[in-house]
Amino acid sequence: MARTIIIDPVTRLEGHAKITLQTNDRGEVESARFHVTQLRGFEKFCEGRPFYEMPTLMSRICGICPVSHLITSAKACDAILAVRIPPTAAKLRRILNLAQIIQSHALSFFYLSSPDLLLGMEADPAERNLFGVVRANPELGRGGVRLRQFGQQVIELLGEKRIHPGWVIPGGVSEALSAEKRDRILAMIPEALAITQNTLAWFKIRFESFREEVRTFANFPSLFMGLVTGNDRPGYYDGKIRFTDSTGRIVADNLDPANYPEFMGEEVEQATYVKSPYYKPMGYPNGMYRVGPLARLNLSKRCGTPLADQEWTEFRSLERGAVLSSFHYHYARLIEILHGIERIHALLDDPEILDTHVRASASLNNLEGIGASEAPRGTLIHHYRVNEQGLITWANLIIATGHNNLAMNRGILQVARHYVHGDKLTDGMLNRVEAVIRAFDPCLSCSTHAAGQMAIHVRLVNTAGELMDEVRRS
Amino acid sequence: MTQAMEVKTLRIDGVDVSARADQTILEAARENNIAIPTLCHLDGLSDVGACRLCLVEVAGTNRLFPSCVTRVEEGMQITTSTDRLQKYRRMTLELLFAERNHVCSVCVSNGACELQALGQSQGLTHIEFPYRFPQLPVDASHERFTLDHNRCILCTRCVRVCGEIEGAHTWDVMGRGEKARVITDLDQPWGTSESCTSCGKCVEVCPTGALFDKSDVGTRARKHPEFLTYLNEMRGGQS
Repeated sequence: MARTIIIDPVTRLEGHAKITLQTNDRGEVESARFHVTQLRGFEKFCEGRPFYEMPTLMSRICGICPVSHLITSAKACDAILAVRIPPTAAKLRRILNLAQIIQSHALSFFYLSSPDLLLGMEADPAERNLFGVVRANPELGRGGVRLRQFGQQVIELLGEKRIHPGWVIPGGVSEALSAEKRDRILAMIPEALAITQNTLAWFKIRFESFREEVRTFANFPSLFMGLVTGNDRPGYYDGKIRFTDSTGRIVADNLDPANYPEFMGEEVEQATYVKSPYYKPMGYPNGMYRVGPLARLNLSKRCGTPLADQEWTEFRSLERGAVLSSFHYHYARLIEILHGIERIHALLDDPEILDTHVRASASLNNLEGIGASEAPRGTLIHHYRVNEQGLITWANLIIATGHNNLAMNRGILQVARHYVHGDKLTDGMLNRVEAVIRAFDPCLSCSTHAAGQMAIHVRLVNTAGELMDEVRRS
Repeated sequence: MTQAMEVKTLRIDGVDVSARADQTILEAARENNIAIPTLCHLDGLSDVGACRLCLVEVAGTNRLFPSCVTRVEEGMQITTSTDRLQKYRRMTLELLFAERNHVCSVCVSNGACELQALGQSQGLTHIEFPYRFPQLPVDASHERFTLDHNRCILCTRCVRVCGEIEGAHTWDVMGRGEKARVITDLDQPWGTSESCTSCGKCVEVCPTGALFDKSDVGTRARKHPEFLTYLNEMRGGQS
């Protein structure tokens, strides 16, 4: 009998979601839907507020990536001011953004995903968490905590607070970096580098035992999208948008993020509060693309720092064209952490980083501004329109998790088809459906602009809408 | 030329104090290091007794007195902190928070706000009154400053500093009760005001984020109302 399987909610994610799997009469999964069930409303309630408040206000969208919203919002405000911010301010923002990517990736890899990776997908859920990791492999667990701490401390040193820092403002940053703070960050770098290299070495051996997952976790051809610099490196703080296909061929390049409405469509679906962006020339849903760590490493020709470049070369040799399995998001995250630490080191070694000219001042010059940067999960775009007093009249935010929405649905379908057989729900299937989503590291609170408690709830519903089976895990 | 001024003796919180006959209970208390919370009062401006946070108990009467506008009297026995006073102070603060839209986390004055600091010092943990969530405008028409009615508590410090110290009298209050608003000129946009000298005194004395300097947003900048004391001293007036 055809039935509907609902996983609600999905655990170890940032936010609240549920999944519906529809099976046909033969018991095969026919469609998969990932629903984000809560709405935040930031785009609406910011209307009427002054644009210069936006970085502080918009960063409240998320406690994980406040910095990404802070920076992208400030960039949109820079565009409203029509200023070019001082070079040192741009470098300081760059360091803050990399620290954000490092701490968020550390959270995703060590806190959320390493229980699956270390203990296995079938391990007892009571044990399959960070504490289980610390018991089974204390070095790995401790390293994860320390690495996240590194990112958070860099954020605190620059922006005064670990969560929801200020400091980044329209026109630059509010305060120059002191030599003392620079030296404190530099002193933390050797340990952070060592942890990352050790974890990479461990993971490269470990993922061999996940061949089946590598093969089935959202492993399909798709476009990739992200910001790329002029010298083909991932553009974390700025750059032009590039799309490549699954063979690695460039589909579109040098696209100005400020022109995103020309090449990026946003489809609204009834079943979820997340919009589904797509590459306009290919239409919906064929214009599906992926963003984030995997995309960034697929789009670029190197990272631009020595240790990360070696890892990049090895990573890209996994497959002939682009690396297609979303399981490798985990691997890409570790390489990005490595690159981030190296890049922070290089930026701090530049004497110009202590320059005190860190803010350009101007008043309202444009009635519209668009800012873009790479958040940990992918390209983030803030777009504001203001009236002549500088009060917001309209806002649109395109969040990294949104970009990945179509690919996540496709990924869930693929893994469900592989692991769901017959009419009984198994733990292994549930775990893998969750894990494939976790590979994308979606941040649902951001993407719907949602707060919720995590637990898992799976419902089987037949074609008549009757509840056939139910599994609940809290 | 100094005139002899009559001196009164009184007791505040069990401490015998003396004060000039023209002093208020608040002045006498602060001279003797006895703290009374205030919000609309600011050294250097006239007092209006608007916020009611400085209420004290006086022996012999059940009435509560606003200490900022009550003169000392001979033999007064004053208590500045009782359960009843603390309850009323918290209630006053709750009403201030509930009346308009105070969202500390995204406010320019977060961490440097007198209302927020009083909430903390008076042990305010919850707002028992329902929030009113009024729809209020933001006037960002001035080149340098912004007025956000959502955060205004109608202390009228801006009105008093503008009239008494700057001499411009750009600010005033329009409407009554819940409809009361501070206005510039005759309720014209601030940016079009002909009387405003853009001196910024109103911004510096505003206890919340209702009046702020656009360039301060996101910088954790603090306001400096203490300029008033220096200014008055230099002018040879009261300090």
